Amino acid sequence: MSESNGILLSCEDLHVEVEGQEIVKGLSLAVREGEKHAIMGPNGSGKSTFSNALMGHPSYRITNGKIILNGEEVTNLAPDERARRGIFLAFQYPVAIPGVSVANFLRAAVKAVRGKEVPVLQFRKELYEQFDLLGIDHSFATRYVNDGFSGGEKKRLEILQMALLNPRLAILDETDSGLDIDALRTVSEGINRVCGDKVGVIVVTHYQRLLNYVNPDRVHVLKDGRLVQSGGSELALELEAHGYELFGESTGRTNGRKESQS
Amino acid sequence: MNTQVEQRDWGLTGIGDDYAARWGFHDPVEYFHKGKKGIDHEVVEMMSRMKGEQDWMRQFRHKSLDIFLSKPMIRWGNTDLLNAINFSDIFYYVRPMEKQGQSWDDVPEYIKKTFDRLGIPAAERKFLAGVSAQYESEVVYHSVREDLTKKGVLFTDMDTGLKEHEGLVKKYFSTIIPPTDNKFAALNSAVWSGGSFIYVPPGVDVAIPLQAYFRINMENMGQFERTLIIADKGSRVHYIEGCTAPIYSTNSLHSAVVELIALEGAYIRYTTIQNWSRNIYNLVTKRAVAYKGATVEWVDGNLGSRLTMKYPSVYLMGEGAKAEILSVAFAGKGQHQDAGAKVVHAAPRTTSTITSKSISKDGGRSSYRGLVKVHPSATGCKVNVRCDALLIDPQSRSDTYPTMEIEAKDCRMEHEATVSKVGDEQLFYLMSRGLSYQEARLLIVNGFIEPFTKELPMEYAVELNRLIAMEMEGSVG
Repeated sequence: MSESNGILLSCEDLHVEVEGQEIVKGLSLAVREGEKHAIMGPNGSGKSTFSNALMGHPSYRITNGKIILNGEEVTNLAPDERARRGIFLAFQYPVAIPGVSVANFLRAAVKAVRGKEVPVLQFRKELYEQFDLLGIDHSFATRYVNDGFSGGEKKRLEILQMALLNPRLAILDETDSGLDIDALRTVSEGINRVCGDKVGVIVVTHYQRLLNYVNPDRVHVLKDGRLVQSGGSELALELEAHGYELFGESTGRTNGRKESQS
Repeated sequence: MNTQVEQRDWGLTGIGDDYAARWGFHDPVEYFHKGKKGIDHEVVEMMSRMKGEQDWMRQFRHKSLDIFLSKPMIRWGNTDLLNAINFSDIFYYVRPMEKQGQSWDDVPEYIKKTFDRLGIPAAERKFLAGVSAQYESEVVYHSVREDLTKKGVLFTDMDTGLKEHEGLVKKYFSTIIPPTDNKFAALNSAVWSGGSFIYVPPGVDVAIPLQAYFRINMENMGQFERTLIIADKGSRVHYIEGCTAPIYSTNSLHSAVVELIALEGAYIRYTTIQNWSRNIYNLVTKRAVAYKGATVEWVDGNLGSRLTMKYPSVYLMGEGAKAEILSVAFAGKGQHQDAGAKVVHAAPRTTSTITSKSISKDGGRSSYRGLVKVHPSATGCKVNVRCDALLIDPQSRSDTYPTMEIEAKDCRMEHEATVSKVGDEQLFYLMSRGLSYQEARLLIVNGFIEPFTKELPMEYAVELNRLIAMEMEGSVG
């Protein structure tokens, strides 16, 4: 920690390409331990690209810049190595793994991230505790991962995984999408409980509503692959009231007209 | 849930083992009898005499040999590999010891060691009602629980069955699969040796599985076991077979014939986990008849071998009979798994469910070949066929050859076939949870065959997952 001066994650001038097209175009961000950052932006602004690049998705190529976690560069590490160093991504669209039960999957994940076997009984106890906290039925354990799950069930499973894997940095990619108001509350409570004041959190979202529950320390506006504005939690409310159009001008001001899209 | 968690562990800890170390060994053996290579009437005559068989069986063998010699090679499937079989370079009858062992102590040390390594007596003690162990051509060890014997359950090797229960054998033997059925059934009929004979009396439920284990040890060996299972009215039985062989540079041939008869209201499940080395030609004919209200289930796991051609079949002969055929095939480098299923609905309100799962990797090829036939008189039938193929890499291949001949008007039929790849998004998701690329891929594969493994007794499910782990590991370099 000393080598990083309390900074958990820093991205320096990050550029990310997908299929040869640059989507994130120079993004810098520093997240300290226990800080909650919201990254807001319209569709296509590069939010999911940024999330996936942080986790190390092979299709998202970092062409420039660095990702430093806790003083260590992780820019070129595989996703599993990043996971073991404490990065967690709650997916916007968690994929189904047919035939693999939730319990088997989670036990494998817990073993991989903690680097040691967890005895069956202890694991089950831990799992059921988390199920109860998130209002998940115990029968969930034998269902196949995300297979035939409702939107709400998928998001709960993401938060459950976060709770079990106990990350240092949690990236929540559109975790509020597809949730009704009750599910949103349960999931938000889960986030607050797990993250407390130790975990660095990046909430990536289009809408402000999750931020009513998960109160951000900093809010950033992402537009066309760049952070065009940063501020406190009041910025989120401003966005809610006025929309992203406001920052269209801001983009022009900050970065110059030559970058504007044709 | 506990079961699944346990399986998962095995799937992972198995990585790093390999076939050569566990099953690839072979014993240097002084055989009691080792005939000459090649097949002719002299070989058949000698075999039959050594076995002390009755005239009818000896003649059946000779007649079958004529059929074998006169039948051309099969003209479908992988004809290149089939035509490469050199029938004159194979040992057809090899007898490891003079007499079969009734207790484990009777078995020669080297064979005991082999089966110890394969875990046979240990498994027997733990969860089997009876065990048969075949080494080359003959069953070398056999045991069955006394309580089953008292209930009249017969479980012997086929040769003993023929000697001690000739009437019963004569009534059913070769009635389901005659020598004329196909070239390899003819060959088996000529030189069959070993295999299992099972009879379950009316109403008897053999609640725990009976198992046979088939081990080929010698190079250029031909193993031709013959299995006949008769489940009398209202009885139930589960039979499991496992197979392995050492790795040799030349090919060995395994060509079994398996006949099942489920009489009225009976239930037979036949589970196979074969794990042949890659020099084995596995050309097997398996067929069952199910009479009124009877159920036959084939649970068929095919790993290893050079070429497997196997299509477990059920003839639904009586009203309300049911067939379920569930199979997994894993084709690795240089392997062709041509597997499938066949069901004939010959009676009203009969039901069949076929689920086929295949995995191909490193250029391996798997084919599903299936036939469902519904006779015009078989009204109110239900047919469900599902074939799923998983390709691990772009070099691998999967084909589906489903044939449906539905002649009844009101048959309810569902058919679905899918081909999928191990998805990048699935891999990323699992890796983002800390699983390595290997672990993630293995988990996806294990999930793919879960509908199969969940049907196996736990010990076998664990074993199968471990085998899959090794196959997946084998694909790394």
